[in-house]
This record gives sequence, C-alpha cells and structure tokens, in this order.
Amino acid sequence: MTTTLWITAIIVAITLGITIWAARQTRTTVQFYAAGRKINSWQNGLAIAGDYMSAASFLGIAGLIAFNGYDGFMYSVGWLVAYLTVLLLIAEPIRNTGKYTMADVLAYRMSAGPVRSAAAISTLTVSGFYMIAQMVGAGSVLHLLVPGFSFKWAVVIVGVLMIGYVVLGGMIATTWVQIVKATLLMAGAVLLSILVLGHFGFNPVRFFDAIAKVVDKKSGLNFTQPGILYPHGKHVALGPLTLDKSTIENVSLGMALIFGTAGLPHILMRFYTVPTARAARTSVGWAMGLIGAFYVMTTFLGFGAAVLVGKTGIGTNNNLAAPKLAEFLGGGPNTFGGELFLGFISAVAFATILAVVAGLTLAASSAFAHDFWMNVVRGGKESESEQVLVARIAAVGVGVIAVLVAINLQTANAAQLVAVAFAVASSGNLPVILFTLFWKRFNTVGAVCGLIGGTAVSIVLVVIGPGLGTPPAAHPAFALANPGIVSIPLGFIFAIVGTYIGEALGGDTRAKAMYPEIAVRSQTGVGAEPSSVAEERIPAIV
Amino acid sequence: METRNRGQGTGGPPVGTETAQTRASQWEVLAASPEFRRLITAKRNFIIPAVIFFLVYYFALPLGNGLAPSLMNTKIIGNINLAYLFALSEFVMAWILAAVYIRRANRIFDPLAAAVRKLAARMGMGS
Repeated sequence: MTTTLWITAIIVAITLGITIWAARQTRTTVQFYAAGRKINSWQNGLAIAGDYMSAASFLGIAGLIAFNGYDGFMYSVGWLVAYLTVLLLIAEPIRNTGKYTMADVLAYRMSAGPVRSAAAISTLTVSGFYMIAQMVGAGSVLHLLVPGFSFKWAVVIVGVLMIGYVVLGGMIATTWVQIVKATLLMAGAVLLSILVLGHFGFNPVRFFDAIAKVVDKKSGLNFTQPGILYPHGKHVALGPLTLDKSTIENVSLGMALIFGTAGLPHILMRFYTVPTARAARTSVGWAMGLIGAFYVMTTFLGFGAAVLVGKTGIGTNNNLAAPKLAEFLGGGPNTFGGELFLGFISAVAFATILAVVAGLTLAASSAFAHDFWMNVVRGGKESESEQVLVARIAAVGVGVIAVLVAINLQTANAAQLVAVAFAVASSGNLPVILFTLFWKRFNTVGAVCGLIGGTAVSIVLVVIGPGLGTPPAAHPAFALANPGIVSIPLGFIFAIVGTYIGEALGGDTRAKAMYPEIAVRSQTGVGAEPSSVAEERIPAIV
Repeated sequence: METRNRGQGTGGPPVGTETAQTRASQWEVLAASPEFRRLITAKRNFIIPAVIFFLVYYFALPLGNGLAPSLMNTKIIGNINLAYLFALSEFVMAWILAAVYIRRANRIFDPLAAAVRKLAARMGMGS
C-alpha cells in the first residue's frame, strides 16, 4: 500500500505547490472569487470538467455499472446532456449579468436583502450536501485502501487540504487544482479503457458478448439490459395516477440531472472566471467534449469491472470497482504492476475528491461572504480586503463544519447525498434563475418562495423517501428515490405562486423596472464585468 | 461601474426618482430597438426549438427503457442492443447540438449582440 501513499503524496505536493504560487497572486476580491476573469476557455473547460467529474462520477458510476449493469450508465448520459441546458440557457447570461455568485444575477432585479439571503441558504445547502458526499466517499476509499487510516483521519486530511487550497489560493488555485485533476482523471480513464478493450482483442462485440454473460441474480436480466437498478413491474401511486415505477424513477433521475446541473453554484461560478460570454460558451464546449469522452469511457470502467473482476472480486463497497479493476489490469493483487495501478487510480480518485471539494468550499464561502456578509449584513459597504478576509474565514468555517458532519455520517450513502444536492439545485435554483432572466412579471416574493420552497420540498422528499436510511425503509412515506419529478414542478409552482402573491401585496416596482435592463444585459453583454485590468504587475496566468 | 455595483448590492436607486426613471426608460428604448429585437428573434428561433428537441430526445431514452424494455433489448450488433446504442447516440446528439449552437452563436448571434453594444455606447450607456 505504500505505492498508493507515495503517488497520492506526489499529487498532493503538486497541488500544494500550485496553491502557494496562486496565493501570491490573490489580493483582490476578483482574484479570490473569479481568478481575475483571466482564465481562458480551454482552461475553464478543463476546470469545469474537473469540478464536475466528482467521486460520484468516477467511483460512483463505475460502481453502479459494475453492480447493476446498463442502468448505471444512465447517470453518465444524463450528466452530459445536462450541459445542453447550461450551454443554451444559462452560461452566457450568467457571465453577462453577475460578478461572483448566482445571487448576483437575481439581485439585479430583486430586493438584494431577501434574495441574497435565500440564495445563500440554497447555495450552502447544495454545496454542503455535495461536499459531505465527497468527503464520505474520500473517507471510505482511503480507509479501505490503507487500512491503517481510520475514516475520521481520512476526512480530516481531505478537510485540511481543501481549506488550504481555498483559503490561500482562492479561485486561481482551485482552478489549477481542477485542471491538474481533470488531466489525471482523463489519463487514468483512457489507460484503463484501452487495457479493458485489450482483453477482448479491441473488439467491442466480444466485450458485449462477455457483458451479456453477466446475469443479475434477482431479476434474471443480463447486464446489457435496462431494469436491474430500477426493476420493471412495480407500480407507484403519484396523486391520482398509478404509474410504472421503473419508468418514473428513470425519468425523475433524468430531470434532476438535466435541470440540476444548471443550478449548481460551484459550476455557475466558473463562468465568472473567463473574460467574456463568448469564452464562457466556448469553455462549455470544451467541457462537454471532455466530460462526454469520460462518461463514454465509464462503459469500459464499469462493465470492465463487472466482467473482469466481478462482484465477488470487488467486495461489498461498489465504490471500489474502478480501483479494483485497475489492480486487476496491472497484474492482480500483490504484484508490482497491480500495486502500481491501484496506487495510481486511488491517487487520481483522491485528487478528484480534493479538487471537487475545493470548488464547493469556494462556492459556499463566497455565498456566505459575498452574498450574506457583504451585501446583507454590511449593506454593500465593505472594503475589498475585508471581504476577502471574511471569505477566507468563511471557507475555514464551512470546511470545519463539513468535516464534523462527514465524520458523523460515515454510513450515509454518498450517491444519495449527491442526489439531494441535484434535487435542490434543480427545484430551488434553476426555476428562479430562469424566471429572473426570462419572465417579466417575476418579483422578489416569487424568487424567495422559489428558492426556499424548492430547497425545502427537495430535502423533505428525500428524507421521507426510501433512500437516506440504511437499510432503506420498507414503506417510505414518499415512494421514489429520485424526487425530481415532483420537486422540480413544485419549485416552478412556488416561484409562480409567490410572484402572484408578491403582486397582490403591492407590486415590486424595481423587479419590473429592471427587467428590460437585465434582458438586454444578459443577452448582449452591455456593461458586463470586465476581465480585471488593475493588476498589471501580475503576469497573465498561463 | 461603481454606481451599478452599489445599486446591485443595496437594492439600487429607488425607482420613482428622476434619475431612476430616465435610467429605466433608456433600457426600455434599448430593449425595443430593432437591433435588440433582431438578436432576440434570431436567438429565440434557434434556442427554443433546440431545447425542445434535446429534451424530447433525452427523455425518449428513460421512457423507452421503462415502457418498452423488449424493444430496447433488441440486439443490433452481436449483444450490443438498442438501449446501449440509443444511450451512446445521446452523447453524439449532445456534441453535435453544442457544436451547431457554438458555431451559430459565434457567427450570427455575436455580431448582432455587438450591434446592440454599439448602440448602447452611442446612447452613453453600458458601463
């Protein structure tokens, strides 16, 4: 196991080096939150991919496919197609109208106090659940791979490192940590995919012949067939309708993935790091190429693990499918090659988690420092240096809380925690962002109702649903593991009903008066935040 | 720049004062200008159908898997079935649609947006 530790240590050393370098360049708020808006589009594309391909993608999807076959691959599909929502509707308007956070866009039209507070709550909820999921994943993997490490210490180490990246290096360090991690992750996935295909003479037909021989005991389906994770033939009552449960779970999952991505604060924040809306658009293109290529390769990682290693070889924790596959491809357990491969892939997984958690910490601390502290508590009158200081303190606070919660949630299901994050992002954030940009009647009451209502309903449905308890509850109050199909329409309804209540309460004249301005600004970039020009002393980031 | 940032933070200048009204009406003029209408029409004509298309294409996959499993299990090449090939085609669809949008935005939407920015500059706005 020392190989694993050495490779991990080297990667951590590289990322810390980047952080120290970045720390020297981070003096102003625009540098801390948005890397001076000087990241170019391919760099941002890599960083978006790095931010997005979390432990859930790398370890989680590989594990789901290795244990459930085809149904696990549906996550891969949804997580790529989701970027069309980001590209077509969200990325450019966000870059054109905001400064540092999601709430900047909303506060353009709405009363800053209530909207920023509500957005800070939803951002902290999304980032918090997402972050805890990553840390639980990191803890379990490190603990299982290096038995000398307790779960607690693994989480503490991840926590300390991510706080270090964010507090010292802000967005510049976070971006470069993402880029390093995305490159390593792609390299790892390509290597494993080629080796898996090599076992089948580079013939996909032979590979699928082998997959079709893997049969799920419970359903009798083979691994190329849909229906193992969400079995056919069960029904669910949704209001007056009785529907096929498998279909509803699949569609509901898809809705959360497709609409949730465009509401993830740590992804939206990335669009502020590029100089223009055009660069934001191009960076989504780069990200889609990379993310898509990676998710196609989950075919080889997941099915490869199912065929070559098998459930018995992987053990009970399906998060270990990819590392165990690497060990097998390197030559098997207790060989030099096996150890080396296992070490490399585990280190990549660890780097993946670190990078994602750093991005999340930054999003959460900016929601607190920029939205809540500066704009609500201090009424927008705060010096630059004070704001960066508050953001750094907030990053420490967020990190410490996440570590403490993760330590106590050891048995929680990591994928389920990420599902809560996507449910809140799709039901709370997305409706409000879309209405702010495209609906003239939308107002402050509507925005607050949408954010708070969507967040609350998502959390409630997950808590009373079948997923969060271990083992799952036999007769949950809410039948679906994926609440999106109910919570997303409710999120829109809350926002709409809130808007009409707001009108009845006596119109929000500012929201209406500002609509033409946000419509023009978001689509054209008139008056968009410029790439920072004030720091000539600092060399361009290359 | 400073004015706007402060406005964003604190709720902006109170609407009803003379400056706020002039400011709002200037944006209304810009929003009603033929330059801006051209941009919005061009974008709308592309983006709305594109969004409907990808949503229909995407949700056809989970619906198909749920409602017509035997059809989706049809073997196409060896043991590679329709369900997998359809899933793979989602990637291709997403890449092509993204490429088409980026091309169109760079060639058509960006020049139209630049015309609006020019107009805004002539009206003394935009900073």
